Amino acid sequence: MAPPARHPVLAVRDLARSFGPVRALRGVDFTLDAGEVLAIFGPNGAGKTTLLRILAGLLRPERGEVLLGGQSAVRSAASQRRRVGLISHATFLYDGLTASENLEFYGRLYGVRDPRARALAALEAVALAERAATFAGTMSRGMLQRLAIARALLHEPDIVLLDEPFTGLDQAAAAALRRQLVRLREERRTVVLVTHNLDEGLELATHTAIQVAGRFVECAPKDGNAADYRRRYAEATAAHG
Amino acid sequence: MGEVLRHALAIAGKDLRLEFRSRTAFLSALVFTALVLAIFQFARDPTAVSAVDLAPGILWITFCFAGLLGLNRAFALERENRALDGLLLSPASRTALYLGKVLANLVFVGLVEAIALPLFAIFFNVPVLGVLGPLVAVIALATIGFVAVGTLMSSISVSTRFAELMLPVLMLPFLMPPITAAVQMTARIFAGRPFSETIGWLKLLVAYDVAFLVVCILVFEHTIEE
Repeated sequence: MAPPARHPVLAVRDLARSFGPVRALRGVDFTLDAGEVLAIFGPNGAGKTTLLRILAGLLRPERGEVLLGGQSAVRSAASQRRRVGLISHATFLYDGLTASENLEFYGRLYGVRDPRARALAALEAVALAERAATFAGTMSRGMLQRLAIARALLHEPDIVLLDEPFTGLDQAAAAALRRQLVRLREERRTVVLVTHNLDEGLELATHTAIQVAGRFVECAPKDGNAADYRRRYAEATAAHG
Repeated sequence: MGEVLRHALAIAGKDLRLEFRSRTAFLSALVFTALVLAIFQFARDPTAVSAVDLAPGILWITFCFAGLLGLNRAFALERENRALDGLLLSPASRTALYLGKVLANLVFVGLVEAIALPLFAIFFNVPVLGVLGPLVAVIALATIGFVAVGTLMSSISVSTRFAELMLPVLMLPFLMPPITAAVQMTARIFAGRPFSETIGWLKLLVAYDVAFLVVCILVFEHTIEE
């Protein structure tokens, strides 16, 4: 008997999406397996956030498909949505709830066992345990970002999507985030990281892509030469800019 | 179904916790209710129209506009930090999200009505105690339809530029049948008319609730997804 077909954790086929006359995505393809981290670099307006929102199931593509473990994620079922965690510009947190109340609420939505205990453990993991009773609306940008990371990872997703996660973070918060991302890679989660910051992205990635004007102009396993990559990135953005 | 209910209760609990922690909409609705009743009381000419004849219309105008204040908040709080994306990303179905909002709005509007009714009885000297059972039943039925439609319209109006103005503009045309039925039934209850006179309006109210609850559940998904 032939072994069952093995599907990549995340496969993206020919994704396209427009907003009125603006073509935000024009045929994006890639596949990722467990433990692979794809860093997507690109200038403003390249369609990176649109791509992440489609991967998260928040936006429908006009063409193409997203497959999670071989199953379509467009109009994804609850079981598919459970597999994804998104860290975005926005925190998705409620200012009027405390840090632990925010996490307990999301824990209930994701059906985690003992949401209160899990919320406290998640706060511990992002060094916010002593802020459990602090209202989200009174937290600093760095603390909020750590709380948003705890929210996104609360249900232990096997696919983690990050949209400019280092924006607005101080050095300590950025270092904490970097440690979280390294941990995700070690735990063999599949990560898609969208960033302007080539240094951060290249440090964490196993694969890299350059997205310009809605297209991947390059997508490949990371090669070792950062200076060469920087030059290729500058050329790609200049050629399409 | 169990999971839908569990998610709906989590969402409703979160909304009510946020509302009663700030009390912004609740206090606004109560102050608005007292002001409307006071204005109607002092503006009317008691020698021209009796309080009992005016009372049903005033009661439902008050409930309707006080309830709108709460419905405006239903999705406005999800705009904060794009929390709606967090809900859409979660395994909670769109039906659970809608039902959670409906439950929270029912509690909110129900509480406002529970406080407004005694105020109304005091201002207009209408003996509500003797007809409390049928009156509460009419209020409950009309409130379900009001909240079912209002929650859907709130999800649409929240993404417009003038959300607080758009909600009544979108919503009030749909509220004509249940508010008319509620006013007619309330008038008959206050006048001590037999139950048989209200059956036609009662059927309309029940049919409206069932039809619009089902339609709103089906349509809701399309109002919140990009």
